[in-house]
Amino acid sequence: MSNSILVGFVPVCERARLVANRGVAALVDGVAIAVFAMSDGSIHAIDNVDPISGASVLSRGLTGDVNGELAVASPMYKQRFSLLTGRCLDDPSVRVTVHEARINDDIVEVKVMRSP
Amino acid sequence: MTAAQDVRPVVLVVGNGMVGHHFVATAMERGITNTHRVVVVGEERHRAYDRVHLSSLFDGATNRDLQLGDDDLYADDAVELVVGDAIVEVDVDARVAVTTSGRAIAFETCVLATGSSAFVPPIPGIDAQGVFVYRTIDDVDAIRAHAASVRRGVVVGGGLLGLEAANALRLLGLDVIVVEFAPRLMAVQLDEGGAASLRSHVEALGLEVRLGAGATEVRHVEGVCVGLAFGDGTTIDADMVVFAAGIRPRDQLGRSAGLVMGERGGIVVDNTCRTSQEHVYAIGEVALHGGRIYGLVGPGQTMAEVAVDHILGGTTRFEGADMSTKLKLLGVDVASVGNPHAAGCEVVLADPTRGVWQKVILDDESRVIGAVLVGDVAAFGPLLQRARSGEAVIDAMAVLRPTTATSDAPPADGSLVCSCRNITYGTVRAAVAEGFEDVAGIKSCTKAGTGCGSCVPVLLEIIDRELVNAGRAVVKHLCPHFAMTRPELFELVRAGGIRSFATLVTRHGTGEGCEVCKPAVASMFASLSLGHILDGEQASLQDTNDHFLANMQRDGTYSVVPRVPGGEITPAQLIAIGEVARDFDLYTKITGGQRIDLFGARVEELPLIWARLVAAGMESGHAYGKALRTVKSCVGSVWCRYGVQDSVQLAIDLELRYRGLRSPHKIKMAVSGCARECAEAQGKDVGVIATERGWNLYVGGNGGMRPAHAELLAEDLDRDTLIRMIDRYLMWYVRTAERLERTATWQRKLPGGIDFVRRVVLDDELGLGAEFERDMDHHVEQYRCEWTETLEDPERLLRFVSFVNTDQPDPSITHIRVRGQRIPVEATS
Repeated sequence: MSNSILVGFVPVCERARLVANRGVAALVDGVAIAVFAMSDGSIHAIDNVDPISGASVLSRGLTGDVNGELAVASPMYKQRFSLLTGRCLDDPSVRVTVHEARINDDIVEVKVMRSP
Repeated sequence: MTAAQDVRPVVLVVGNGMVGHHFVATAMERGITNTHRVVVVGEERHRAYDRVHLSSLFDGATNRDLQLGDDDLYADDAVELVVGDAIVEVDVDARVAVTTSGRAIAFETCVLATGSSAFVPPIPGIDAQGVFVYRTIDDVDAIRAHAASVRRGVVVGGGLLGLEAANALRLLGLDVIVVEFAPRLMAVQLDEGGAASLRSHVEALGLEVRLGAGATEVRHVEGVCVGLAFGDGTTIDADMVVFAAGIRPRDQLGRSAGLVMGERGGIVVDNTCRTSQEHVYAIGEVALHGGRIYGLVGPGQTMAEVAVDHILGGTTRFEGADMSTKLKLLGVDVASVGNPHAAGCEVVLADPTRGVWQKVILDDESRVIGAVLVGDVAAFGPLLQRARSGEAVIDAMAVLRPTTATSDAPPADGSLVCSCRNITYGTVRAAVAEGFEDVAGIKSCTKAGTGCGSCVPVLLEIIDRELVNAGRAVVKHLCPHFAMTRPELFELVRAGGIRSFATLVTRHGTGEGCEVCKPAVASMFASLSLGHILDGEQASLQDTNDHFLANMQRDGTYSVVPRVPGGEITPAQLIAIGEVARDFDLYTKITGGQRIDLFGARVEELPLIWARLVAAGMESGHAYGKALRTVKSCVGSVWCRYGVQDSVQLAIDLELRYRGLRSPHKIKMAVSGCARECAEAQGKDVGVIATERGWNLYVGGNGGMRPAHAELLAEDLDRDTLIRMIDRYLMWYVRTAERLERTATWQRKLPGGIDFVRRVVLDDELGLGAEFERDMDHHVEQYRCEWTETLEDPERLLRFVSFVNTDQPDPSITHIRVRGQRIPVEATS
């Protein structure tokens, strides 16, 4: 089971578990994913591991916008990551993987994207 | 001695750009030719030249002016310079490199300094005649030749290179349009304000700037460029296009030689600038160090020096470089220090009349973490020095050295600003001129705004206008979403009765908010006792520490600190804490504030831990909040032979009164039972020292990185008066301090300092004393232990999981045991 290669979307929780503008973490096929529901109704998923500190914490960061771009600030050392591109907006040499997320029948689903 | 007879091993330098040249110059200086021969192969037909100042070729300089190094350097017998030929293959095992012309060069050590090439987007029409890049002298010659017969040129790229290229076209007499994909110029080095200032300089030179525009096609007629088309369907006409929108490392040699490469290009090097092959080095823009490509010549030259040193057996290391830079673009001085996009306390000096924008970003210990300077870069040196030394900045404005121009604004009329207190525009203006430059100052000086508060936004406007009229705008914005200071925002929240962030940002701010303004506003709501901090919208505003009511540690686990009022604890409570620590295997340490800190708790363990602690009669210590931490005490007159008052009892009373009070920064207090001062009260925000007749009250003390001695506010107070005075002092601080401003800084900045504090707190000159006391009484009534409340509410408990879809513990958290306790694995290295 742990060796399965997941393709496609995997349900992680009910929509009601997501608080607007905050994140939750989900473990999908061994990958920790941070899932965010924004007040505009959009759902975003990125790696949960903060590449700067190495800690699995991005889901616990504060969201907001950086010059209009939706972003989450790592709760560890406060670097901000774009929810759309995964780029670290404070250090262009760093990024996290963006995963696909959607709501399907009130269930939040995530599709893990393997970084190339 | 000819090359054929020479037995000295060869150092092959691939590339004769600025960094490759610096390597050779440094190596010669260090006497490398005593032991080695150096062969340099450069692809261009020119010897190394100053690429950074290419545009000076249009301003009268010659190729010769740009040339680097003396002719003697490459005339040395032991140095062979080959230009106009390129290395096309490096066999790292056989240690032989082959050039385009077919020459094979055997080497002992190879240094790759191939630099970078201009990035050209793969869009249609890119091969049209009239499309150029801007990188080499040959590029410049081609641009010059084409420009002779045309009128209008576009530069794609509003960064450093793009603006250099734009200057080149301008000097060739073309009409120039700069097109930039980002919403501002020099997006890497500058913030919005700096970029706006630069833009007005650039436009004043007659250049057109188009931002947020991504070119999708080079329009051409019969293969000749006629302009650009953009993603939004618009087009522009131009006779030539120059792409200067970023660089890519020229790393093909490394790739074909099988060296370890970065995911997105660049040859990976270690701190000695060695690649994955120990006799092959890479330096400059082709090298990937610590996941970064350094696109500036300074770090590249440092790498060259490190590589030379290492080849010669030295031990210097390349530890990375910050991207601080100072340059002149289109005649405008521009500089950035550290991370110009860092989040922190921003001190901004903007003078549109001189085209000056200066911003310094300070962290919560007042250290410089970033700065942007446009139009006046005199402060670059001092700021860089402070950024590197980590020295705290006491007065950022003084570092920026503002010029204080005299006001020539006409006097204002006598129209009413504050109808509650009958204050006119002229009175407020006069107060600003006297140096009261914020709402708190205006209120203290004129009483305007101390009634219903509805004129506070007008006061803000007057202050701004007056400062601009005086030739300067002193701005301390909370963050990009709120163009005002924390105390100003606090007034809008308090006086406007605003109870949600969404309303606040709609009415007085912009955007979605961020990690700076959200917790700041959450703290204001909490200071005004507006419900549990984890309920409703407030939940989305809290920092992770407040969100999980615990302190995040470096591995993503949390620490737990139960409140120990006054540092007094029963053996039963001590045992309860010990049992919890034992059962959850928590690292245990005594804090500096007479409490016990339990480290290493996972998110899902926090409610279980607190259920046990609450059952044992303990409550939240608010170690996670910007709030009252502890009231430290000595043992006092109950036990101590020298004590004159019961310091423990008073410390407990104070701690229970002010516990949970949210504030701009943490608050620490202490009570000493006699003048021996064993509780170190004079180093605390609020310190109390017993006398024979009562209590002396000290305020504004601070330990930490910038220690400050507390100042004596009042002597020999009785207990009730003491508490009322502390009520007033704290509430005043909570309302008017900046975000993350400790009492010491806040107090020092008040006009008149401690005398002013005395007049407001003791003499109640502002008439706000009763209101402060009422607010504090309200806080005391509303207080409930946040953990007790959280445990009672299944909704609030839902968030305490590592993963929302499984009970599996977070696999990334691992520990080892040191001195009998658990610590994070990474902390051992």
